[in-house]
Amino acid sequence: MNNSIALKSILTKEIQRFMRIWVQTLVPPAITISLYFVIFGSLIGSRIGEMGGFDYMSFIVPGLIMMSVITNSYSNVASSFFSAKWQRNVEEMLVAPVPNWVIVAGYVGGGMCRGILVGLIVTLVSLLFVDIQLHNIWVIIATVVLTSATFALGGLINAIFAGSFDDISIIPTFILTPLTYLGGVFYSISLLPDFWQGVSQANPIVYMVNAFRYGFLGISDVSLVTAFAVIIFFIVTLFTIAMTLISKGIGLRS
Amino acid sequence: MTYALEISALAKTYKGGFQALKGIDLTVEKGDFFALLGPNGAGKSTTIGVITSLVNKTDGQVKVFGYDIDTDLEKAKSFIGLVPQEFNFSQFEPLMHILVNQAGYYGVPKPLAIERAEKYLKQLELWDKRDEPARALSGGMKRRLMIARALMHEPQMLILDEPTAGVDIELRRSMWGFLRELNMQGITIILTTHYLEEAEMLCRNIAIIDGGEIVEDTSMKKLLAQLDVETFVFDIKVAATVAELEQFVEQSQEITYRVIDDHTLEIDLNKSQNLNQVFEQLNVANIEVQSMRNKSNRLEALFVSLINKKSSATKSKSQSAAVGAN
Repeated sequence: MNNSIALKSILTKEIQRFMRIWVQTLVPPAITISLYFVIFGSLIGSRIGEMGGFDYMSFIVPGLIMMSVITNSYSNVASSFFSAKWQRNVEEMLVAPVPNWVIVAGYVGGGMCRGILVGLIVTLVSLLFVDIQLHNIWVIIATVVLTSATFALGGLINAIFAGSFDDISIIPTFILTPLTYLGGVFYSISLLPDFWQGVSQANPIVYMVNAFRYGFLGISDVSLVTAFAVIIFFIVTLFTIAMTLISKGIGLRS
Repeated sequence: MTYALEISALAKTYKGGFQALKGIDLTVEKGDFFALLGPNGAGKSTTIGVITSLVNKTDGQVKVFGYDIDTDLEKAKSFIGLVPQEFNFSQFEPLMHILVNQAGYYGVPKPLAIERAEKYLKQLELWDKRDEPARALSGGMKRRLMIARALMHEPQMLILDEPTAGVDIELRRSMWGFLRELNMQGITIILTTHYLEEAEMLCRNIAIIDGGEIVEDTSMKKLLAQLDVETFVFDIKVAATVAELEQFVEQSQEITYRVIDDHTLEIDLNKSQNLNQVFEQLNVANIEVQSMRNKSNRLEALFVSLINKKSSATKSKSQSAAVGAN
C-alpha cells in the first residue's frame, strides 16, 4: 500500500474543497483584514502612535496575518472533517487501508494549505496599507507552518467530537476568538500589569503572534526558543490526542 | 482452505446494551455469490460494518481472504469493496473526483485511477455526468456511482448492502447483469437485499440472519428444495365462464385449483405432484392455457416461514422461562 498516494488524495480533496468554494473561504479574510487596517490601522492607529518602536499599523500587521492563519487553519479542518462525518463520506477513508496518521496528516495538511494561502492573501492586502519589513524570513515561515499545523489539529479534534454544526462554532467563538484578541495581536503584553502579563503567558497564541512578529520586526515579548518550544509542545500533544481518538474510532465508528 | 470471508463467534453489543450479533459463524467461499438476508434490524448491516471496520466488534474473529481484521486490518481492507446502504459520498464533489480520490486511498496511482474511473463510469452509464456534482444525480445514478466507487481498487470481494433499494425494475435488472459479470470474473459477492427475488436469481449460497443469529446457512438450491408447495397462475386462452371453471375445479381429483376470474386459475402443487398431471386434467376439460407463471416468490415463502419459526421458538422459550419463574 502506497501511503503517499493516499496522503496526496486526501490533501488534493481538501484543497479542491476550499478552492471550489473560494468565495466563502478566501475572500472573507481579505475583506475582514482590510476593515481591520482601515479601522485599527488608519483611523484609531494614527492616534495611538508608536508601539514597540514601530508605528501602530506596522505593529499589528504580523498579528493580523497570524489571526487569519489561525482562524482559517482551524475552521477548514473543523468544517471539512465534520461535514465528511455528517455526509458519512469519511467512511470512504475508514473502509480503505489508509493508516490513521495519513488521515490526520491529510486533513491537517489541507487546513495548513488554506491557512497559509489566506495568510499570503492577507499579506498582499496589507501591502496596500503599509510597507512590510522582513527581519528573518525563516522565523516567519517556521512560525506560520507550525501555527497552522497546531490549529488544524485543534480543528480536527473539535470535528471528531462535534455532533452538530453548532459544535464546530462553539470553540472558535468562545475560546479561539478571545484567545486571539488577548494574544497580543493589537498590543504588546508588556503594556499589561504584571498579573495580566502572567496570565497572558498561559495563552499559546501570545507565543505564536510574538514569534511571527519577531520574523517581521525583530521584536518580541517572549523568547523565541520558548515560543517554538510551546508551539511544538502543542503540536505533539494535539497530534497524540487526534491519533488516539481516530484509532479508537471516537465519533466515527459505532 | 482459505475462505473469502470467515466469521467465527462474532458478537456486537451496542452502547445501551442492544445485542445486535449474538456470536455468529459464517463462511463465504472465494468466487461465491452469497446472499445475507434478514428482516430489518436482524444484524445484516452490523455484520457488514464489522467486516469493513465501520463498527467495532465486541467479540469474535473475522478473516478476509485469510487476513484477520484484528492483526492485518489494512491488508484485509484492501480485498473489500463496499457499496453501503446509505449514500455516503460528498454531495458537492464531481463524480470524477470522488472516484479518483477513492482509488487514491487504496494507493492506486492517478493515471490508472482516471483510466478505471472512465471504464466504470461508462459501464454504469454515468460517463456523461462525470464532471457534475454528485447531488445532481438521480437515486439510481447515485447507487451506480457507489458501485463504481467500490470497484476503483478492483477488490476481490464486493459487499453490497441493499444495492437496488429504490431502483426501478429496468435499472435493477441491468445492475443484476453487471453484478453477474463481475462474479463471473471471479469477484466474490456478498449481497443483502429486501428483494428476495434478487437473491434467488443471483446467489448460489445464502444465510438468513434474525435477531443477531444465523437461522439458516445453506445453498440456494437446498433451501428452495425445502419448499413443499408452489403456486402457479394459469391464464386461460378462451374465456370460460366462472361457473364452468368452478365445475371443473369441483370435479378435479388430487390437485387443488382455485378460480380467480373467467381467465385465471391458481394451482397449488406439492412435491409429489407435477405439472403434467395438471395439463392432462386441463386437456380433458378442454381448457386451453395461454401462459403460466409462478405466483409468489419462492424464497419469500421460505424466508417468512424461517423467520416465523424462529420467532415462535423464541416466544415459547420465553413463555417456558416465565412458567419456570412462576
